[in-house]
Formats: sequence, structure tokens, C-alpha cells
Amino acid sequence: MGMTVVEKILARAAGLPSVKVGDVVEPRVDLAMSHENAALVINQFHEVYEGTGLSAKVWDPSRIAIIFDHRVPAESPKTATNQKKIRGFVADHGITKFHDIRGDVGGICHQILPEYGYVRPGYVVVGTDSHTTSHGAMGAFSFGIGATEMASVWSLGIAVNIEVPATIKVVVHGEFPPFVGPKDLILHLIGKLTAQGANYKVLEFHGETIRKMSTSGRIAICNMSVEAGATSGIVPGDAETLRYLREEAGVTDPIPCVTPDLDASYVQTVEIDVTRLVPQIACPHMVDNVKPIGDVVGTRIQQIVIGSCTNGRLDDLAAAADILRGKKVAQGTRMLVFPASSKIFAQALDKGYVHDLMAAGAVVMNSGCGPCLGVHEGALGDHEKALSTTNRNFKGRMGNPTGEVYLCSPVVAAASAITGVITDPRKG
Amino acid sequence: MSKVIIKLGNDISTDDIYPGRFMATVLPTETPQFAFFDRTEFNAQLKARAFASGSIIVGGENFGCGSSREQACSTLKGHDVAVVAKSISRIFLQNSINLGLQVVICPGLEAGEGDDLEITADQVLNKTTGKAYEQVKLPAARKGIMDAGGLIPYTRARLLAKQS
Repeated sequence: MGMTVVEKILARAAGLPSVKVGDVVEPRVDLAMSHENAALVINQFHEVYEGTGLSAKVWDPSRIAIIFDHRVPAESPKTATNQKKIRGFVADHGITKFHDIRGDVGGICHQILPEYGYVRPGYVVVGTDSHTTSHGAMGAFSFGIGATEMASVWSLGIAVNIEVPATIKVVVHGEFPPFVGPKDLILHLIGKLTAQGANYKVLEFHGETIRKMSTSGRIAICNMSVEAGATSGIVPGDAETLRYLREEAGVTDPIPCVTPDLDASYVQTVEIDVTRLVPQIACPHMVDNVKPIGDVVGTRIQQIVIGSCTNGRLDDLAAAADILRGKKVAQGTRMLVFPASSKIFAQALDKGYVHDLMAAGAVVMNSGCGPCLGVHEGALGDHEKALSTTNRNFKGRMGNPTGEVYLCSPVVAAASAITGVITDPRKG
Repeated sequence: MSKVIIKLGNDISTDDIYPGRFMATVLPTETPQFAFFDRTEFNAQLKARAFASGSIIVGGENFGCGSSREQACSTLKGHDVAVVAKSISRIFLQNSINLGLQVVICPGLEAGEGDDLEITADQVLNKTTGKAYEQVKLPAARKGIMDAGGLIPYTRARLLAKQS
């Protein structure tokens, strides 16, 4: 029996000739990522070593990445003190893949990992963030874990007691119509599968639409796979993966790709034709409450957000700038833009996108997660509505339980910024 | 015997259980104050210790969906409550086992607030209605972690075994 791409990755990482769904394996971890919640991981890590007489040393400092992104710059003394503690730990343990709050190498963890070539096809990646599924875009098996589990990984270098997940094959055909793209595809898929439709399973993406899709688009779809409950989303490494890693991440060493066997076994196959797909909106308060844009056009919006690990890359900012160039953000609507990384911010400056967006009235902020989860920067007022390119719209998500968050693509967000109401970009 | 202190619907997210704006608080001793913070009445009752130890939160499908934030588990553990739900999202379930928060998957459960439940090894008995519901066994792979009393002692034992 052939293996899916995740089965192949897990078999290799666990040192086994083959694995099948339900097997319990302990894969070697290639990369372990965390952000500010490393403060909690550090606590748990020291607790593991307590009373053992062993010195608390991480298994391999070169395989740990820590990126500050959730609350940058710190919004409170508590966060600043957590960050200070992590800096101390990073120095003590010689962790090199550390991205502090900086305007040159900073950014959101899920952007930094591919951008710096830290993730490769075939890797096992764990992260203390549910959107660690993003790195499936690089052909890696990557999934979110809690802080205590990360402390265990830091100690042992393996993920203990992992059950080999079943895989759903998603085959995507057709060419996107104008103003429709990867974000609409993933929102449509989540609406179809429901928020728990892929729970404990992997979404493996195939088809000519995926093959032609840029790494940026692939990150967006893998990022949101977790919103259908998936353990991970994955696009098996291919020519585009190699192009991105060589040309954009500057990787020079060999990059072997892992691909599924032709006779691999899938628990379900979902076929999607995007030829007639229309812009999709996830309505409050669940990400699977997805509707075609026509159902919500005209809804008054107080805050537009473009950015995040889902849609804060250069092509996203370019799409928004193209729509907003020479126009103005509607009075009564505020527009926040936060690029996914410092590097993207710099590229957007060079290309004039930042100027276009600011001239239109957008506030361009430093790279980080702030507005997405309501931690700081961009909280909603009572009963305000936001239209956002981020990945979650749970009640209270943007810091206010009476607020409402609608999710969409960057082009929908930009077109709506001009009118102040949800606007179909195809008719703008 | 344990009383159901709140009955919740489907897709109760980690933002509901522990809002993102409190994520800078990481210590398990400090997280319980923020449990279900935006459900103000329930949060106030939790903080006032209005419920007996071992009380039960009943959830629907996909309980704990969303973030990997472990505070969503430590905040409930701090109140010594258990969770019984029709289904539980992957990361939340794993975090619960790792931290020793009692979680039970019981797809058919029907129970209302105030009902008395008894959780046995393979069933949940609603003593108020007299009906019994089958549990879904937690994955066998997790048993070692539960038997060790959580992932920290489990990992500690593995680490020591590796050294010897």
C-alpha cells in the first residue's frame, strides 16, 4: 500500500520503513517554533528537569526558532518582562533562529520560517501556535502544539505519542476568475467541510490550480486548514517550492522533495472547480459560516484589516494598493495594514505600496499579530464590525465580545475600504 | 456525583474559554481568573468558587477549537472542573491530557444545567434522567501520559531513561 505525503514524512522521521493511519510514532522534530508563549514553554521546560539532577539543556539549539510577533512592541510590562526572560534563555542556550522586535529581520512567525528557509519539504515542524499548519505550504508536516508539549520537544527532540493522521485529498481545478483567489478557495473549502470536518486529519492539496499557485497563496490555504480542524494542511513540495526556497529564501544546499505515492490511501477526496468561484466571506462568529459575497454586500464596516500570517504578503499588499491608489478610505471607516514581515514591509516601501495605502488613509503598522487576536492595536469598539484578511472571527476575537469580524480576501477588504460597506470588487 | 454547572453549544473556541487579550498571563496560578471571561455571570461564579470541586462543563461538538494556547486548559484546571463534550478539537484535547484536565468525549450525551452526572470508565450516567451514554475512549497512545500524571512527569521519566 502506498503512502500519503504525511505518512512518508512521519515514517522517515520515526526511522520506520512505512507507517499507516492510527500507528503511534515518535518522529524526530526538524524544527520547533514558538513566539512570546515561549515564556510558558521555558517554565514547563525547567519543570521537566526539576529533581532530575540533569542540567536543563535544549536538545538542539539550531532546531529551535523563536519569533516575537504576538504583542510587538510589548503592550504591557508583563509582556515586556516575558520577552526579556525569553531573550535571556535564547542567549543562555545559543538559540540562533531568534527574531526579536526589529525593523530588519522581524515579522510574524509563520512568515519568517519560510522567508529564511528554516522550513524545507519533508520536515516535521511543530509550533506553539495553531496556525503552524502554514508551513505545509513548504511541503512539511507541521502542526500546532501546546507549551507543555513544546517543553517535551525541547527536552527530547521528538514528538511523543503521535498518531498517524488520516488524509483528505483536496483536488483543485480551474483558473481563478478576476478578483478571486486562494483566500476565497480556502474559505469556500472550510464552509464545505465545516469547522470540525477535518478534525484530526490532514488536508493534502493537489490539482493544476495548486500547482500554478504562488507560495504566498499556498501559505494562505495551509494557514487556514486548521480552521476546518485539520492537524495540518500540506502542498507536497514541487517546482514552485524549490523556486521560492532558492530565489526568495536564498537556500543553496540540496532540497529533496517528498511526494505521495500514486496508490496512497485517502479517507476522503474533495474536488473543487474554482472557475466559477465568487468572493467568499466568513460571517460572525464562526469561520465556517461562509457566504458568497452577494449575501452580505452593503454591510457597514468600521474597521478594515489587511495583513497577518494569512494575507500580509507582498502580493496581498500589491492587490490592496492597486485598488486604493488615488482613492480614499471612506469616512467613518479606519483601515489598518500590517505586513507579515519587516522584509515584506521594506519591499512594499520600495514598490510604493506603502505610500499608496497611506495616501488613501490607511494606517500602516509594524509587522505583528496585534489586531488579529485583539491583544493590542486595533481593538473594536462596542458593536463595531470589522472586515479582515486574518484567519479567525470567533466572538471576542478582535478584543471586544460585542464586536463582529468578517473574513475576506485582500481585494474584497480594499474595495470595501473605499465605500465603508462590504463591496464586491468585481463591481467596484 | 458531579453537577453540570453550564451547558454550552457547539464550537466553543479557545477565545471563548480564555480570551486572547489575557494571553500575556501564563502562570497556571494566575490564569483561572480569566476563565470564560466574557460570559461575565459564569466567570463571576467561577471566581467566587460557587461550584463544588469536580463540577462539569457540558459542551457540544468541537469543544476547544481554535488556538493552541494552553491557558485554555490551565484556566479550567485551576477551577477543578471537568469537561464533557460531544467532540473535542485536537490541540485542546492533547493539551488537556498533557496538563491533567479531565475531559470526556461523549457523542450522545443529553444533559442540562443542574443535572447530576456520574463519569465511569466507559460511560457517562445522567442520574437526573436515568440515562447512560457511551464514552469515546481517549486514544490508547495517550494512556502513558495520563498514567504518568501528565506530560511533565512523563517526559521527565523518558529523559531519565535516556540517560541511564
